[in-house]
Amino acid sequence: MSKFAKKKDGDLPAVSTASLPDIVFMLLFFFMTVTVMKDSSIMVENTLPNATEIKKLEKKDRVIYVFAGKPTREYASVYGTETRIQLNDKFASVDEVGSYILAERAKKPQELQNVLTTALKVDKEANMGLISDIKQELRKVNALKVNYTTFEGDAFNNLQ
Amino acid sequence: MPRRKGAPEVNAGSMADIAFLLLIFFLVTTTIETDAGLDRMLPPMEPPEDIDVVIKQKNIFTVNINRNGQLLVEEEIMDIKNLREAAIAFLDNGGAPSGSPEYCSYCKGKRDAGSSDNPDKAIISLKNDRETKYSTYITVQNELVGAYNDLRNREAQRLYGSDFVTMESEYLNPETPSSVRDELKDKVKKIQELFPQKLSEAETSKNQ
Repeated sequence: MSKFAKKKDGDLPAVSTASLPDIVFMLLFFFMTVTVMKDSSIMVENTLPNATEIKKLEKKDRVIYVFAGKPTREYASVYGTETRIQLNDKFASVDEVGSYILAERAKKPQELQNVLTTALKVDKEANMGLISDIKQELRKVNALKVNYTTFEGDAFNNLQ
Repeated sequence: MPRRKGAPEVNAGSMADIAFLLLIFFLVTTTIETDAGLDRMLPPMEPPEDIDVVIKQKNIFTVNINRNGQLLVEEEIMDIKNLREAAIAFLDNGGAPSGSPEYCSYCKGKRDAGSSDNPDKAIISLKNDRETKYSTYITVQNELVGAYNDLRNREAQRLYGSDFVTMESEYLNPETPSSVRDELKDKVKKIQELFPQKLSEAETSKNQ
């Protein structure tokens, strides 16, 4: 029984922190792997509208983004306050959308080129004229699958 | 003085601090977000060859949005809140007489002969002005997709005892095991065939 009696009471042993770096590293690697660095800063106002019947855009590698909205305050002095299209870090006109889609499509692996989705991230204040022009351009390059990116929420909030 | 054998050990005590620093950096920069939105298919540029198919007027449900965000549904002004109900009534009408090949056995609508024959024939045509606000357009799209989803949910509940929307999102989720997905695929296809989404968008009208 002396084996058990040996313990000194009242003197708590310090918790070993030797495995702390391992734990932290584990967390670190988790966040490193899930982090997606933003590759483009958004230069337009981008308050998305709300919708309820939404589907998630799984698989980011199959998505091409097109932004549209009013230029943000820092760009407003140069580009005005008219709704603009933003493709990859720069403002673009409507007729550049088609070539942009084709260029982005060519960058993707062969097997994904037919399943690409175009995500339209459009500010809720934008007018449909521009959207229709974008849609025409998309139709011209046969990029027919689009996703109007929205927030989840009551769609009637859009109307106010 | 003779040298001790071996190099002195590097103090690893600050390892945790360094790791924490990196951890916090990645914590701050991480955005675990998946975008979500309304999926739509645009019509192809080239019209199909058999354009001589005549669509009866009663099978078309026209929705017009003007520049002020007001709706004209089937030539009548309608509040956007009633749009879903009206679309459901139109799609679910099943006006074809019983016994005809177009008869819709699962429709629960009014079976009004003046409205759509069956969900397969029913087409919703959406038109908007160039000045229409995008948010209004999304709301209308949302209501129309919602009408289809409501009907599909109803049929999925009847046939499989589960919502179509949950079945579909499970089917589309890449983490679902493939055995489950194969099973869901048939069910989702079946429901989609019962109420096919036929939403046509004409080119926007020029502002007068």
